[in-house]
Amino acid sequence: MRKFLSRFRYQIATFIAVLGPGFITANVDNDAGGIYTYSAAGAKYGYLPLWTLIPITVVLIVVQEMCSRMGAVTGKGLSDLIREEFGLRMTFLLMTLLVFANLTNVMAEFAGVASSLELFHVSKYISVPLAGLAVWFLAVKGNYQSVEKIFLVACLIYVTYIFSGFLVKPDWKEAAINSVQPKLALDPGYIYMLIGMVGTTIAPWMNFYLQSAVVEKGVTAKEYAASRIEVVVGCIMTNVVAFFIIVSCAGAIYAIAPKEIQNASEAAQALKPFGQYAFLLFSGGLLNASLFAACILPLSTAYSVCEGLGFEAGINKRMREAPIFYFLYLLLIVVGGGVVLIPHFPLVRMILLSQVLNGVLLPFVLIFMVLLINKTELMGEWVNSRLFNLISWVTVAVMIGLTLALLGITLRGM
Amino acid sequence: MADRFLYFTELLAMPVLDLKGRRIGKVKDAAIVPLVHASRIDRLLMGGGDAWLTVRFDQVRSIVLGKGISLSEEQLVPYHDDEYMLRIGRDLLDQQIIDVTGRKVVRVTDVTMSIQEEDGRDVLSMLEVDIGVRSILRRLFQGAVPAKLIRKVQEPIPPNSIRWEFANVLEPDPLRRLRLNISYQKLEDMHPADLADIVEELSPIEREAIFETIDSEAAADALSEVEDPKMQASILEALEPEKAADIVEEMSPDEAADILSEMEEETSEEILDEMDSAPKTEVRELLEFEEDTAGGMMNTEFVSLHEHASVSDALSALRGNEDLLDGLNTLFLVDEEERLLASIPLARLFIASGTAKLKELASETHIEVPVDEKQNRVTELFDKYNLLTLPVVDEDGKLAGVITADDIISILRQR
Repeated sequence: MRKFLSRFRYQIATFIAVLGPGFITANVDNDAGGIYTYSAAGAKYGYLPLWTLIPITVVLIVVQEMCSRMGAVTGKGLSDLIREEFGLRMTFLLMTLLVFANLTNVMAEFAGVASSLELFHVSKYISVPLAGLAVWFLAVKGNYQSVEKIFLVACLIYVTYIFSGFLVKPDWKEAAINSVQPKLALDPGYIYMLIGMVGTTIAPWMNFYLQSAVVEKGVTAKEYAASRIEVVVGCIMTNVVAFFIIVSCAGAIYAIAPKEIQNASEAAQALKPFGQYAFLLFSGGLLNASLFAACILPLSTAYSVCEGLGFEAGINKRMREAPIFYFLYLLLIVVGGGVVLIPHFPLVRMILLSQVLNGVLLPFVLIFMVLLINKTELMGEWVNSRLFNLISWVTVAVMIGLTLALLGITLRGM
Repeated sequence: MADRFLYFTELLAMPVLDLKGRRIGKVKDAAIVPLVHASRIDRLLMGGGDAWLTVRFDQVRSIVLGKGISLSEEQLVPYHDDEYMLRIGRDLLDQQIIDVTGRKVVRVTDVTMSIQEEDGRDVLSMLEVDIGVRSILRRLFQGAVPAKLIRKVQEPIPPNSIRWEFANVLEPDPLRRLRLNISYQKLEDMHPADLADIVEELSPIEREAIFETIDSEAAADALSEVEDPKMQASILEALEPEKAADIVEEMSPDEAADILSEMEEETSEEILDEMDSAPKTEVRELLEFEEDTAGGMMNTEFVSLHEHASVSDALSALRGNEDLLDGLNTLFLVDEEERLLASIPLARLFIASGTAKLKELASETHIEVPVDEKQNRVTELFDKYNLLTLPVVDEDGKLAGVITADDIISILRQR
């Protein structure tokens, strides 16, 4: 009995010990761009798009599980592995794309910070510089453990969307039916919206971030079972949040008059008639999500690039020891936040551009991931099983197909 | 740097010319055979027809950038994967190595080789391992831009290289390590804290390789310096129980107990079973205490003397405990039943005469804690009384161990 208890305690301890990377990565998925996409879907098509959330969850789990498994087994980041197995030129190409794609992503996050705080009448000329400083200090003054705790708290704040969903009093029956009943329509706008929802789900940078975080956390192959549970729980929670965002907008906007919204803060405005709290929760959630992603993106980018190209990296290094790391990190914050303050800056175009870059990058990253995870010399007994390989390749093919479709539509629209 | 040098990126795809100056293939890779020579490029691997051919270093006449490699002998044998070869392109490029002088882990981007004339032929030798922007530039443009132009363009960028002697290749497979003559002896001479930093950056199998290979004492020192207790535990868990036990025996008992308590009981038992009985008992006793109490924090290495002992008794006791001297700053006085009476700051011995009683040198305020005292209270005491060492006593008042300031610093840093 004592032995059993000690075992049990050990397992609980293991789960807590690995908690973090998977949960955080899945939640950051609902960043400013994600929230906009889900809000727009709910505002225009009501409960119809809800059925996509289940397949999206599956895809997200499959991809993230592979990343965290690779991290736990090899103890190396994704860009490290790509460099070791596919050489410098390929790594350089991917990293260049990654920097540009993430730079535009960071712009979107700071724009999210600006617009959510403008709802509270805070000028963006105050909010964005402050947010930039906060992001800088968080990384420079904190260590991985404390930063991770802050991030986990940020994950919890996402429940605000669940509350605002309830406050709107949507049609739950309709929502439940549409969650399990796929509905396709040959309306180009509807298809574009569906693709957009899947497209925002898996961004290339998340794979790099997740794998590095698993490594940084020191998760070992032995503890991996616990890590897998964490990934699954995180992905489900992410999509539960997405569900409530769609439902809020369906109840607040679509139920009254379906319309196209231009940004997520417009969705928050529309919640005002349902009480101050619904509005506060929704816009607070947006601020949290934007700030959260703005913290992670620049850091993760600088890490991935430096690891892949072999430059010194890490927030525990001094600026003189790791100049390129800090240069990249600062560049992303300053440029990413700065452009939001430039009047008439074509921000929407930039965000579209980021989608294009993500779309170009993602097929490479996914294919490399499946190739890497099948290498016995890297993964040993942890290579994909045949069934899982089938699932991964199908997932990869679907993701690439959808991303290319999104790319096509976006390029035509630009 | 030697007068004539060649980058590996330039060597790759260089044409190989036969005795009549005809082009018969181009270089695909180069290899050293460390058991024969630590730095000489022993073989060039050439691709021409269907299979790769091996060019021995003594079959080469001259190596000229922009022209090619001229052979002095054409009897080339087909290449077969020889386990005694360290291939630059396959095994070194893009992989991580340890920079022993710079004390860090770096990723190889390119290799600089010297061209030296020996017995009328050009011989290539490993000179430096290149990292950083300059070598990245070469890799990116290799093959696309003429080598001479690349050399000119890279000129303004400061080089970032590690001499080959100080580059330690990482190889997890023990058998291959022997065949490639890779040892981690250079790592044993590093400061344990530096070695720990390096180890933290490596992947688990590489970590294991290092701890498996270096001697137990160096391994124990480095392991104590690894910051994350979870990583410490997983390093030990990955080793054979005998080797792990050897390392644990070299560690101070409190640190050993801390690491063992992080493990699953089965594994830690296996390691304990392999240990010698004296350190085993000490570690086992410490394992009984909860981690966040004084008992869990303390170590059992201290020097205690009888209450009537004199300064010269103390000095001879110290002579008998030389291995403890590095971190020692306090002596303890106990009665017949080993109950703690007083503590004596070591420095006071220097200004006292040899016949003086230790009792007279004791600290005016005597502070001790029971084994079950909470961690927070202990750190508070260290802060309040500016302690370096705090004695811990068991239920009977017997001296059980001491907590030292370095333990407190680690705890505070982990918060």
